[in-house]
Amino acid sequence: MESKSKFSILTNGILKENPTFIMILGTCPTLGTTTSAFNGLGMGVATLFVLVMSNIFISLLKNLIPDKVRIPAYIVVIATFVTIVDLSMNAYVPALYKTLGIFIPLIVVNCIVLGRAEAFASKNSVLDSTLDGIGMGIGFTLALVMIGGIREILGSGKIFGLNLHLFPGDGILVFILAPGGFLVFGYLMALIINLNKKLQKS
Amino acid sequence: MKSSLLTMSLSLLLVSGVSSALLAYVYSLTKDPIAQANNQKKIDALSQVLPEFNNEPIAECYKIPSDGDSLTCYIGKKDDEIVGIAIETYTNIAFGGHFSVIVGFKPDGTIYNTMILEHKETPGLGDKTDKEKSDWSNQFNDKDPNVFKLKVKKDGGDVDAITAATISSRAYCDAVSRAYNSFIQYVKPTLQ
Repeated sequence: MESKSKFSILTNGILKENPTFIMILGTCPTLGTTTSAFNGLGMGVATLFVLVMSNIFISLLKNLIPDKVRIPAYIVVIATFVTIVDLSMNAYVPALYKTLGIFIPLIVVNCIVLGRAEAFASKNSVLDSTLDGIGMGIGFTLALVMIGGIREILGSGKIFGLNLHLFPGDGILVFILAPGGFLVFGYLMALIINLNKKLQKS
Repeated sequence: MKSSLLTMSLSLLLVSGVSSALLAYVYSLTKDPIAQANNQKKIDALSQVLPEFNNEPIAECYKIPSDGDSLTCYIGKKDDEIVGIAIETYTNIAFGGHFSVIVGFKPDGTIYNTMILEHKETPGLGDKTDKEKSDWSNQFNDKDPNVFKLKVKKDGGDVDAITAATISSRAYCDAVSRAYNSFIQYVKPTLQ
């Protein structure tokens, strides 16, 4: 890979190669967990942790693992960190675990984590891989909080559980349900891709 | 690195060996706190659905039969006098399939309090069955299911369904009446 500045590696995942809106990876957890801004934030932060840890270890191990078995080896590394997160959250922050518990095992099958391991960490130094993990994790978290926030505001008139009193009743319920997730995701994706193109031209 | 049978097996063996050792260590470290957290969750739930008690209902719990299945029953006592009975019940007709509810009865059979333990209902709609989201489930409190029909009004009962979440409300009623049926049949006769 050409020499990039550390800063551009870090910011790469936030807009230019945003995993959710530009690379369209990890769509399942994106749609499944973004019924509220808080759920999106929790899923994003948990993924960020796993992403950074797996990137670090995979770039450390990259010269030890033969090419043909690299995918199974990466999955074992990722699954190990996910299980560690799952067990520690259950043990030490049971309240948070109650809200996010069902999403944690889903991180194993989040293709962003495996995608970054394969595309970046297996070819770059430990420091670069750490920065890439942090950047991608922040990009993913921001995307989830945005989708979750919009769905929560439109769907239940709240943000982070705080009632905004926008609607007399319950809000536009479809946004809490799966179809609303697709709608918000689609419109945001169009918006971000457009923004990205404009930024690259200028 | 070149892939040969030896290097492939060795590296996979190494990776999975180190992973399992690490996981075993984390598991042993978190085993007790997890058991404690789960126990605490149960105690919290019990102290919500039962009148004040000072025994250890979890240590004295037992199973009661219910339609070919069994429910867990906890007896709450204060100074050796039974103050309430909590039954952990469930339903399979919820919007998200299955959810579990804990129902506390007074010894005379009226409902003291009910609380959802675990659910997969739709956020904003069906999750109003959850005490943390709405006080909908308080309408069961102090009702005697003998006179208070545990069905939503649409089905000819006495329960106000949640707007746009009739299925979840119906499922909640199903869970509570499952607990009540077993309570009347198997627990109440043992109380006298």
